[in-house]
Amino acid sequence: MIADPVVQTAQPAPRELSHAPGRRSSDRLWSATLTTLGGAVLVVAGVILFSLGHVSAPLWRTVHVFDFLFGSVWDPEREKFGALTYIYGTVVTSTVALLLAAPVSIGIALFLTEMAPSQLRPLVSFPLELLAGIPSVVYGLWGLFVLVPLLRERIEPLLGRALGFLPFFQGPPIGLGFLAAGMLLAIMILPTMTSISIEVLKTVPGAQREAALALGATPWEAIRMAVLPYARAGILGAVILGLGRALGETMAVTMVIGNTPRISASLFAPGYSLPSVIANEFAEASGAMHTGALAALGLVLFGVTLIFNSLARLLVRAAERGPGRRR
Amino acid sequence: MKLNWNAGTKSATRRAAALACAATLIAAGAALAAPLLINGAGATFPAPLYSKWFSDYNKKFPDIQINYQAIGSGGGIKQITEKTVDFGASDAPMSDEELAKAPGMLHIPTVMGAVVIIYNEPSLQNLKLSPEALAGIFLGKITSWNDPAIAKDNPGALPATAITVAHRSDGSGTTAVFTDYLSKVSPEWKAQVGQGKSPNWPAGLGAKGNDGVTGLVKSARGTIGYVELAYANQNKLTIAALKNREGEFVKPSIESTSAAAAGVEIPADYRVSITNAPGKGAWPIAAFTYVLVRQEQSDAAKGKALAEFLWWAAHDGQSLAAPLDYAPLPKPLVAKVEKTLRSLTLQGKPALAR
Repeated sequence: MIADPVVQTAQPAPRELSHAPGRRSSDRLWSATLTTLGGAVLVVAGVILFSLGHVSAPLWRTVHVFDFLFGSVWDPEREKFGALTYIYGTVVTSTVALLLAAPVSIGIALFLTEMAPSQLRPLVSFPLELLAGIPSVVYGLWGLFVLVPLLRERIEPLLGRALGFLPFFQGPPIGLGFLAAGMLLAIMILPTMTSISIEVLKTVPGAQREAALALGATPWEAIRMAVLPYARAGILGAVILGLGRALGETMAVTMVIGNTPRISASLFAPGYSLPSVIANEFAEASGAMHTGALAALGLVLFGVTLIFNSLARLLVRAAERGPGRRR
Repeated sequence: MKLNWNAGTKSATRRAAALACAATLIAAGAALAAPLLINGAGATFPAPLYSKWFSDYNKKFPDIQINYQAIGSGGGIKQITEKTVDFGASDAPMSDEELAKAPGMLHIPTVMGAVVIIYNEPSLQNLKLSPEALAGIFLGKITSWNDPAIAKDNPGALPATAITVAHRSDGSGTTAVFTDYLSKVSPEWKAQVGQGKSPNWPAGLGAKGNDGVTGLVKSARGTIGYVELAYANQNKLTIAALKNREGEFVKPSIESTSAAAAGVEIPADYRVSITNAPGKGAWPIAAFTYVLVRQEQSDAAKGKALAEFLWWAAHDGQSLAAPLDYAPLPKPLVAKVEKTLRSLTLQGKPALAR
């Protein structure tokens, strides 16, 4: 079953050449190579899953899966392990990052491909690529020394005054917390999402646009009705990739999230995320239970990523079946 | 000498002689190029001192090279237990459970370290804290700098700023020592939180490493945290005085840290907590850091070199400690360590010729 897609992609091209003698064996070699490479991905994922399961085995002997997933007390010294606060932190920070970054990056991509003069494109895409190359620990430092004080002294008090009636913007402005982590992640995933969106939008055929414009559409209407529906699946793919980075980001998040295992509705409050606690505690984890619990957190992170990706895939499918059925 | 490998001579003796010569040459070359390698791994806290020791020792004895990987105390215990390194290093002594898995393991105290309280409240210059106040702050019960528990020892006007607690988020020996102290002085802390490298903190924000905690404390007014003495001294942080067991307020220093070991009865295996130690001028949050070695050394050359090095560390090495802000071992303790080092054996025979 792994072989199917590989064979499909390998076959159509050489069809007219396949009469030539000697083609078949090289074809077979080629397809076997690709199958192996494709299979290697599954093998690697499988090995990671298996070893995480193996290391976390001592935990499952004494802690029930439900207690682990829905418990909110994490006390390694007393061998109490509940992952809920970490799951919450990961989901909240990634969601905040996505809500902030997705509109901005799609906007940048649309601007660059649809509106900006083509000479302007490298002017924007070069700093974007630069942003993508900055190591996460540098983002973390910047977050700690620039973003967090800014949040504490300006943005959070302002948000509290303006939107304080919402539970998300209540409480004392500490700076470190979900909002800081979410904003930092948003900046970190912006380049990935933007550059893929740009590539996707570039594939939209010019005729598509021109047809809409010829029918009397304004540029905005052409984007909304002709360009975006065509590129929707690809843009969602870009968002998924960005999300993947946000879910797994460790160093930068650790530096600004406050590392406090607590569930609070307020984005101003400090929290903790799954990768952060693994990075923080693994080096000095003593005993099979603690190490096992950290490996189990790895499994949970695997699961969270899987769920997020499946949701996004469902969204793509729904989008393709949606009103823009014009391909 | 000439080695004519494909010569027609059938003389077996000549060939054997040539081989032997070649082997000796290779062995001699190897000895010249690669000195005796001793591998260690463990605690990060003493790593700066250890690397100074190893490089100085290597300058003195170029044929001995000691590699050290600062992977954390837990990792050090794991690796020496699994015999993947020649010695381990740990800030916390091994537990009985861990020792059961590694019979014949010796703890050799090398130097001492202290954990100090740093804070950021510009209007409070010489903060004095009682153990009760400190525990209250870290329990999240004392939330303002003008709390009566703080006011009691700090006469004058106190600011009404809120207290933010900063603690380590990574598992750390520093945290283990600090929580060990709090468990000794506060029954409530002992019942609610307890001692350990990664306790379930009742209050505050977590940050990675001494630098992370320092960053938190420096960045926001009203924050209080704990770091190693060496780190606080080198970064000129504002340090609080603490009331010790004798009821006197002490500032942490190398002398007051060494004084903590002088007042405590040290057992033969050195596995002892010296927090809240009795004795005049003793800083209450101090601890040993250890090198872990097996009593019976399986590799003769390495075992001898390791024993000699530890002997050097307990004597000449101690004078290198203070400049790097580690507290040297008190004299009576060095005599004890000498005895322990003499008990190291190679196939049942003493490893040290002293």
